[in-house]
Amino acid sequence: MNNGSPIIRVRGLQKTYHTSDVPVQALRGVDLDVAKGEFLAVVGPSGSGKSTLFHILGGLAAPTDGEVWIDGEDLRRMSDAERTEMRQRKVGFVFQKYNLLPTLTAKDNIAIAQSLAGKTTQPAGFERILEELGIAHRLTHRPRALSGGEQQRVAIARALVNEPAILLADEPTGNLDTANSEAVLEILRRLNKSIGQTILMITHNPEAAAYADRTVTMRDGRLS
Amino acid sequence: MINKLVLENLRHRWIRTLLSALVIGVQVMSILTLIGLSQGLLQESASRQKGTGADIFLKPENGGATISFSAGQTPEAFAPFVARQPHVAQVLPVFSTSVALLTTMSGVDIEGLNKMSGGLHLLEGHLPSSPNEILVDQYYAKQNNLHVGDQIRLLNRPWRVAGVMEGGVLGRIIAPLRSVQAAMASLDPPKVTQILVKLDDPQRTDQEVATLNKVLNGNLRAISMQEILSQFSINNLPELKVFIRVITGLAILVGFLVVFLSMYTAVVERTREIGILKALGAKPRTIIDLLVREALVLSLIGWVIGVVLAIAAKSAITALRPASLHIVNVPAWWPIAAVIAIVGALLGAFYPGMKAARQDAIEALSFE
Ligand SMILES: Nc1ncnc2c1ncn2[C@@H]1O[C@H](COP(=O)(O)OP(=O)(O)OP(=O)(O)O)[C@@H](O)[C@H]1O
Ligand SMILES: [Mg+2]
Repeated sequence: MNNGSPIIRVRGLQKTYHTSDVPVQALRGVDLDVAKGEFLAVVGPSGSGKSTLFHILGGLAAPTDGEVWIDGEDLRRMSDAERTEMRQRKVGFVFQKYNLLPTLTAKDNIAIAQSLAGKTTQPAGFERILEELGIAHRLTHRPRALSGGEQQRVAIARALVNEPAILLADEPTGNLDTANSEAVLEILRRLNKSIGQTILMITHNPEAAAYADRTVTMRDGRLS
Repeated sequence: MINKLVLENLRHRWIRTLLSALVIGVQVMSILTLIGLSQGLLQESASRQKGTGADIFLKPENGGATISFSAGQTPEAFAPFVARQPHVAQVLPVFSTSVALLTTMSGVDIEGLNKMSGGLHLLEGHLPSSPNEILVDQYYAKQNNLHVGDQIRLLNRPWRVAGVMEGGVLGRIIAPLRSVQAAMASLDPPKVTQILVKLDDPQRTDQEVATLNKVLNGNLRAISMQEILSQFSINNLPELKVFIRVITGLAILVGFLVVFLSMYTAVVERTREIGILKALGAKPRTIIDLLVREALVLSLIGWVIGVVLAIAAKSAITALRPASLHIVNVPAWWPIAAVIAIVGALLGAFYPGMKAARQDAIEALSFE
């Protein structure tokens, strides 16, 4: 792959939900380029389609129409099974609600993401990432014993363990207080700078968006 | 790692895990106990036949199964006729009747039985010397707390326990032939339920069975000891086989329902977790695999509980009813019971597994 070409390339992306009687057009022609190593913030009103875009970029949902390229692969040509595989290798998700498995320790929550991707050894430098996240000493605890901030940092570690091409964070600070929000945002920025991690982050908070290199706004299923 | 998740999930809801396993265990136990009881009773009956020392049994032709709790009757007059046949060393007419469920009382010439069996082993007392005296075996004595000299009412008349013998010969209760015939109103003319025959040479058994069947001309049927013993098997009892099949079917059904319910609630309860696994790249197959493994562990825990319960039930039954219920442990059936438990569990995990695998990841993640 040519280094100059974007790691995410979206053209005319449309997504229509047919779950109810009335079809919902969540995305109405999204165009987006994200360069490798970029930290992008996505803002916009509720219901504008931000999460829907992330779900498609992450291979959790199929596009209705349009082009989507992730790290040189064409999503439109992918079967469900191939999209599943892409989630293992290329994408790391971080959610507003942390979404750790409650029965597993922090360590095992990270290990299961690895195991699902068929990997057994942690990437070089992962120890340092854990140190940077400040959770190295909390790894034997179950989520219930961790604070929200700690849980979110474990979730970030889990998203990074398979060295994804892109990290998709959907309102990662939405459930956190100011201090923890700042810590998490600082960590995202450091990851972006130190290992060149490409990050897309949805947020409602302009201060949070300020941590990113660039901000795009979603309105009625379109980016501006 | 998947295994760890399975175990942690089971541990997390350990009460549900234990209860589900317990229900499966009770099913496994009921199968093992039923089989153990059937085999125990059959083995015990067979060994009591063997203990008589007879080579050939003569039974009335009643058209039904050889093993029957209500045997037909036949005139005792056949006995002296059979005794006159060549190679017949001893004949012993017997009148057996049931005095309680699964407990028979046998009227016989006790001296004759002593001789044919090679000697009755008395643990207490002496051989009966008057018409209303009986021998009981140690199991019957224990279960009914009987000792030498005790009175007991059987067949509507009083009897005195003359001795306690070691079990394993003919029946649990042995009384003089005439007394039992009289009690059963079968004295005029005297009737018996079977005639035991001892040959001068046991090697000749098959030959003599044929000869006797010929001379008896259909009035009685001669059966070798070998054949009698081979008939004491579950395979020769079609009713029992059907019963065992029904119990097995029920066990699979109950196992299926329990695991189904348990897995179904687990899937609903863990909707969000399944969504997380999918977001992390779990294939539908992995999700099914997860639930199937969980069901397998449940059924294996249930199986272990069932085997332990069955062993405990055996001990309890042996302690409480040593005479009427003879039960054995049936290790040969343990793997079969495991298969039954596993089949039920796999069937039960199938639909919840499919449901979980098909769940939409995004909806699952927004599930509260
Ligand atoms: N699974 C679905 N089925 C039907 N409609 C959906 C589904 N998911 C989202 N939508 C609809 O699509 C539109 C965009 O939703 P989306 O979640 O992408 O918005 P959002 O920008 O993330 O909003 P928020 O800021 O509140 O998270 C909304 O109108 C929503 O109701
Ligand atoms: Mg959203």
